[in-house]
Amino acid sequence: MIYRVDVFSKTKESCPKIASQIKDLGIDKDCKVYCNKVYFIDSELSTELIHKIAADLLIDPIIEDYSLAQGLFTQLPSYNRILITYNPGVCDSVSLSLEKILKSLLLSVKSTRTAKFYEFTGLDKNDIGYLAPKILYNPLIEYVLDYEKAKGLKNLDEFSGKDYKFDLVTVDMLNLNPKELIEISINRCLSLSADEMQIIQEYFKKLKRNPTDCELETIATLWSEHCAHKTFRGVIEYEERDKNNKLIKKETIDNLLKNTVMKATKEINSPHCVSVFEDNSGVVRFNDDYNICFKVETHNHPSSLEPYGGASTGIGGVIRDILGTGCAARPFASVDIFCFSPWGIDYKDLPKGLLHPARIIKGVIKGVRDYGNRMGIPTVAGAVCFDERFLGNPLVYCGTLGILPKNKSFKKSKPGQLVILCGAKTGRDGIHGATFSSKELDEHTVSLTSAVQIGNPIEEKKLTEAILRARDANLFTAITDCGAGGISSAITELAQGHGVEVELDKVSLKYRGLNYTEIWISESQERMVFFTDKKNLKKLKQIFEEEDVTFSVVGRVTDTKKLILSYEANRVCELDLDFIFNLPKLKKAAVWVKKEESDCKLEEKSNYNKELNKVLSSPNIACKDWILREYDHEVQAGSVIKSIYGISEAAVNDASVVRPDLSDKRCVSIGLGINPFYSDIDPYWMAAAAIDEALRNVVAGGAKLDKTFILDNFSWGSPGNPEILGGLVRAAKACYDFSTYFGTPFISGKDSLYNEYMVGKKHISIPGTLLISAVSVIDDWSKTMTSNFKKSGHLLYIVGFTKPELGASEYFRGLGIKEGLVPKVDKNKAKNIFLRLSKAIGAGLIHSCHDLSEGGLGVALSEMCLSSNLGANIFLAEVPKEPGMLDYEVLFSESTSRFVVEVEKDKSEDFKKTMADSALGLIGCISSERKLIIYNAGNKEIINTNIDTLKESWTQTFKEFR
Amino acid sequence: MKPKVLVIRTAGTNCDKETEFAFSSAGANTTLRHINYIKQKDELSDYQIICIPGGFSYGDDLGAGKILALEFICWFKNSLKKFVAQGGLILGICNGFQVLVKTGILPDLDFKQKVTLTNNDSGRFEDRWVYLKIRNQKSEIRNQKREIESVWLEGLPEVFNLPVAHGEGKFYAERSILDKIEVSGQVALRYVDQNSQPKGYPFNPNGSLNNIAGITDASGRILGLMPHPERCIFRHHSPFWKEREVYPWGLKFFANAISYFK
Repeated sequence: MIYRVDVFSKTKESCPKIASQIKDLGIDKDCKVYCNKVYFIDSELSTELIHKIAADLLIDPIIEDYSLAQGLFTQLPSYNRILITYNPGVCDSVSLSLEKILKSLLLSVKSTRTAKFYEFTGLDKNDIGYLAPKILYNPLIEYVLDYEKAKGLKNLDEFSGKDYKFDLVTVDMLNLNPKELIEISINRCLSLSADEMQIIQEYFKKLKRNPTDCELETIATLWSEHCAHKTFRGVIEYEERDKNNKLIKKETIDNLLKNTVMKATKEINSPHCVSVFEDNSGVVRFNDDYNICFKVETHNHPSSLEPYGGASTGIGGVIRDILGTGCAARPFASVDIFCFSPWGIDYKDLPKGLLHPARIIKGVIKGVRDYGNRMGIPTVAGAVCFDERFLGNPLVYCGTLGILPKNKSFKKSKPGQLVILCGAKTGRDGIHGATFSSKELDEHTVSLTSAVQIGNPIEEKKLTEAILRARDANLFTAITDCGAGGISSAITELAQGHGVEVELDKVSLKYRGLNYTEIWISESQERMVFFTDKKNLKKLKQIFEEEDVTFSVVGRVTDTKKLILSYEANRVCELDLDFIFNLPKLKKAAVWVKKEESDCKLEEKSNYNKELNKVLSSPNIACKDWILREYDHEVQAGSVIKSIYGISEAAVNDASVVRPDLSDKRCVSIGLGINPFYSDIDPYWMAAAAIDEALRNVVAGGAKLDKTFILDNFSWGSPGNPEILGGLVRAAKACYDFSTYFGTPFISGKDSLYNEYMVGKKHISIPGTLLISAVSVIDDWSKTMTSNFKKSGHLLYIVGFTKPELGASEYFRGLGIKEGLVPKVDKNKAKNIFLRLSKAIGAGLIHSCHDLSEGGLGVALSEMCLSSNLGANIFLAEVPKEPGMLDYEVLFSESTSRFVVEVEKDKSEDFKKTMADSALGLIGCISSERKLIIYNAGNKEIINTNIDTLKESWTQTFKEFR
Repeated sequence: MKPKVLVIRTAGTNCDKETEFAFSSAGANTTLRHINYIKQKDELSDYQIICIPGGFSYGDDLGAGKILALEFICWFKNSLKKFVAQGGLILGICNGFQVLVKTGILPDLDFKQKVTLTNNDSGRFEDRWVYLKIRNQKSEIRNQKREIESVWLEGLPEVFNLPVAHGEGKFYAERSILDKIEVSGQVALRYVDQNSQPKGYPFNPNGSLNNIAGITDASGRILGLMPHPERCIFRHHSPFWKEREVYPWGLKFFANAISYFK
């Protein structure tokens, strides 16, 4: 029998938040919304017992009450009442928890389900039909229960699948022509090219048989852009042309990754690197006993369709990358970086098929928050960029750092070992995620519903604890995560050198009805695969049972160099690993047409108060304390420097610093560099600036370059477009040039391509975006540095040289100016500045240090004032700069490798000596008067603004999100 | 002899290791155990101090701390009563505090839920530092009988900083219950501003009635609080350590419990 329990607040209040969202949609009616939590319990227990369950378990008796009924609907349906529940197969974590506790109390229930019930007043049927999918649910994961269809349901099981009866499917392809082959690829959503399909055909011709569906899916997954990085590892015919399209340079790049990013690491050959570009994350030395590792991933496509689920599974996935590094690392910090569209767009102007940016922003942040917080991993830093081109394709970067014992930094495996799958059960979630992310999005993307998932952080938390205990008891020798492609890529890659046999019917399923191929390629979250010896099974079972984590032996490692899969003793796949891992090299053309940079001079103004406040209020610069405060950034108690802090006010720091091991005074500093706007002028300098910015951040926090490591994450448009690919090559070349220049090796990276979407017939590509994440090991936490002013009277220096570089700057973009010179990192000076500044910080000569980035000197000074509630008097005459620069250029130039530094008078001589030949200017001092006053080169006052005014500009932008 | 501390964790507990670290740093012999282990061998009476640390036990599904509270009631009701009768101390931090009120261990150890911790007024999770004031209202009990200063709070300054990080921390009870808790002097900590005056958001980060951040039982030996003392045991935990002298007052909570048994 199905019982329905409705839980509501005793005061029966309406939800003002939803009402105000309805107003935002443009429905200007006086309406009220009432919301109940609904639990369906399918059980033969008596009504009295269900009452007891409701009273003891489902409500908070101090503030809530409930009603109990039988059946799915308590009242006859009416247009103003709707009941929303998850689509079959979508993770309903609350119902899983409920079933678990009821079971442990020996109360027998068949199944449970949760739903949300809404009742509206003051709205008509059309209003509700319009608003519900916009603000109350996402049709990709939830639906409105239909009275007519649901009233006859006898049990909740009918929500989920029917039994599966084995039926081997083969794909007839041996005699097909290329056109027919590509049709198979399209119809089966394999994302394989005609060439690749032909190579597969050849392989099976040799075997004299047709492939099974499972074999084809396996190849498609392992050859997908997502798993194989075909563009970066393929062959690129690259050309550079001048503005008249005359060829300047031509080269063939065989494996862009090896020739740029990885080449830099090889040349730098840092003694601190342990394992780079080999494992699921990059591993470097931390102290005598431990190494640390870092990985950043993107989860762009899923986040554009289901922001909450996309972001939460993004962070869940990168956490598993850390767990799957070496023989498992413990995650100790996360970072999240987003690129969104500005959220002012009216709902009616939104292209079909796209979610409103406000919904994407809120959903993504909530997704990261709920997953990261529940995992107990502090989310310590982030960045957000806004540009219209991210409307249909937001970027969501999730990064996690881990710490692992030195002797657990590598995997070992041998034939005869058992293959263990552990963690959540397998469902139909995310099938085709790997091939899907290698496609462009369009209106029809929505039909690929199973590619969207939501995560269950508690499942992953349990999994983490179980795995780390098993690691410490030496109970496995190799481990990896199930990410894109699920167990198909996890098991195959882990067994690569040997061979493996898997019995697919041994996989624990969430519900009935999955066929063997679905089991194999499912991307269900919160699962890991490891290899162990049989003798360890008993101890493993004990740990996993106590931690309440499912684990099953699903196969064994062989020495046959073959991948063999069976289902109920029927062979469903037999492939040579050499064939799967020897994927054909893709050939692509790339061209870069040089743009003539044109300087642009504006008319000088006599006062820049208004301009400074405008720049401060830009969403790229305005204070994002509200985001970081939603993240638990202090759990694990390692916090040393917080990127955003302050009790009633907000304050910012460049770097975030944490201690992963509380018994060691060493700490880890994290910096982020991202500026997609510079890409519009030249992706080469965009990449250089991103590296410079990430390094500025960590250096300003007290780190040194020789123990700093960087990660690259490219998010780019379609590599099928030679100009877009040309930009990518430019950026990758800059990665090589500046990584080697600074001596900071890349330790890990990832690319996400095809970040384009269609609006009508028009392709919109995101600006080429490179995120650089820097991580440094600092020897002593007490030697770290913060960015806020410490004391009035202290001197302020600018370090670094200022040029009129305002191309794609915050100031010019705010004025709609597309010309201007893009900032260029000076290879003769930048490194020297960083080295000397590190030395000055290490010697205790500095009280605060803040880097100059978006918005230049004006913004850096404002942020230092705002973070300390102190003012400053500044003289631009003393800024080392190119002759003839205009006032606004000095104020808002985004020239790289620059800092503002606070020094006390007594130490200024030592400081100057330490900085030696670096460009340095004594630009003023901190004042106790809460005003920022700036004089131009002619000593005329051009800015005089109260700190409170600046604060207003800095904090009001995100009012609706606060 | 070092006092023995049991830190209890379950699925979703996530402040367990630093809480264990804090107790150990303060000089305790600390054991961290999964509740499933304790269910097998009930050993509560082997310890002098029990701590339920912060986190999201069972994902806060069905409400913060709800499922873990039910487990405590079903499995450990009697042994907990015995533990307290033997003179043991109990500390519940954040999610642990939610468990203590939902079991009814706080305020009166009668296993009847009288108060709750519910959604923050802001409607969202927030991690921020707050100013806390030690119990200040003179209670009748205090005047008439002994000082029931909680062992957990000894030697703390009148106002100090700790961080909070929660989405469901608003202390709520019916007026009569609230009055009773006030009169009996069970309010241990209140949210205040830097001048030790009650003030609204963000100083009171969640809208707690009477600015209540933590309460004790009548003996003062059971403390539940939303702020995280284990996140303030090193100087660098304070957001202000680079600008002024700070003392990691969180450590004092753990040290107090240890010296109580010495």
